[in-house]
Amino acid sequence: MRIFFIICLSLITCYATAQVKLLKLDELDKRIANGKDTTYVINFWATWCSPCVAELPNFEKLRLANLKKPVKVLLVSLDFKSKLQKEVIPFVLNNKINAEVFLLNEPDQQQYIERIDKKWSGAIPATLFVNEKTRHFYEKEFTEKELNNTLLNLK
Amino acid sequence: MKRLILMAFMLISGFAFAQTDGYKVGDVVKDFSLKNVDNKMISLADYKDAKGYIIVFTCNTCPVAKAYQARISALNATYAAKGYPVVAINPNDAGVVPDESFQKMQALASEKKFNFPYLLDPDHVVTKQFGATRTPHVFVLNKTDNGNVVEYIGAIDNDPEETNSTKVEYVKNAVNELSIGKKPAIASTKAVGCSIKWKKG
Repeated sequence: MRIFFIICLSLITCYATAQVKLLKLDELDKRIANGKDTTYVINFWATWCSPCVAELPNFEKLRLANLKKPVKVLLVSLDFKSKLQKEVIPFVLNNKINAEVFLLNEPDQQQYIERIDKKWSGAIPATLFVNEKTRHFYEKEFTEKELNNTLLNLK
Repeated sequence: MKRLILMAFMLISGFAFAQTDGYKVGDVVKDFSLKNVDNKMISLADYKDAKGYIIVFTCNTCPVAKAYQARISALNATYAAKGYPVVAINPNDAGVVPDESFQKMQALASEKKFNFPYLLDPDHVVTKQFGATRTPHVFVLNKTDNGNVVEYIGAIDNDPEETNSTKVEYVKNAVNELSIGKKPAIASTKAVGCSIKWKKG
């Protein structure tokens, strides 16, 4: 019984901490390259960014609407790494976010902002639509409709 | 005649493009007149003895801007006397975020004892001229015979959380270089910040 309890507990904590993984851009690039026909919709956000938080439900709707298609929604938080346990993970749990959530683990903003998109000023929210054939970056907020249309019209 | 119209059209569209794109390093800044938290109008031309300016687009609510508030005050404390005052402009629309209102700006300026002007930019006119996209977003200007020239655009430093052991203070370095007649070695940087809350509709 005790062992069962311990297993349950460790499963729960595993589940809770597995919600948000640290992410390097090299890992992201590799995943996109290995994704074959998958289109990745990668939203850059932060718990402190109110327009980002406001548009997160639109990404969840996009994810649900495309479950059977080769579409993956990834939410990449730009929160400070020191806020992972105290703010980001509780936020993801409290808001019942089911998409994959990461925290960007890159120290140098100069470098990673340019690498994600040369046109990006660093303001969030920002979203990248990418697959092996195309890459489109938007420094803007999205409505549910705009997200759908952007995905459908991706060339 | 047709050619003239075409030329005029190209000029106008070129102008419009420059407007939405904002200033680049090397551009001459158009002066403005904006209301400060003390209700007085402020223009760059008011600073007769200035050698340049540290224009900071910042706001009341953005956590990144808040993290930099003390550093912005420190910049003014150091550089106003040397001829490079800080001029802060709030680019956000209070209709979208009520806490960005003029009254809240006044409250913040008095609570934090801002030693620099904190200006309201209704309808984002000056924000669009500069091409500011986020808070905080800094433009360092150098006063020349041809006008106020943009010499640096970007972040205050590369250390928002004050944990970076390899901190580079971009604005300080740029102003120090300008003050000895040099061009800033790093003329533009990028940083994560809060998007500007544009007026709806």
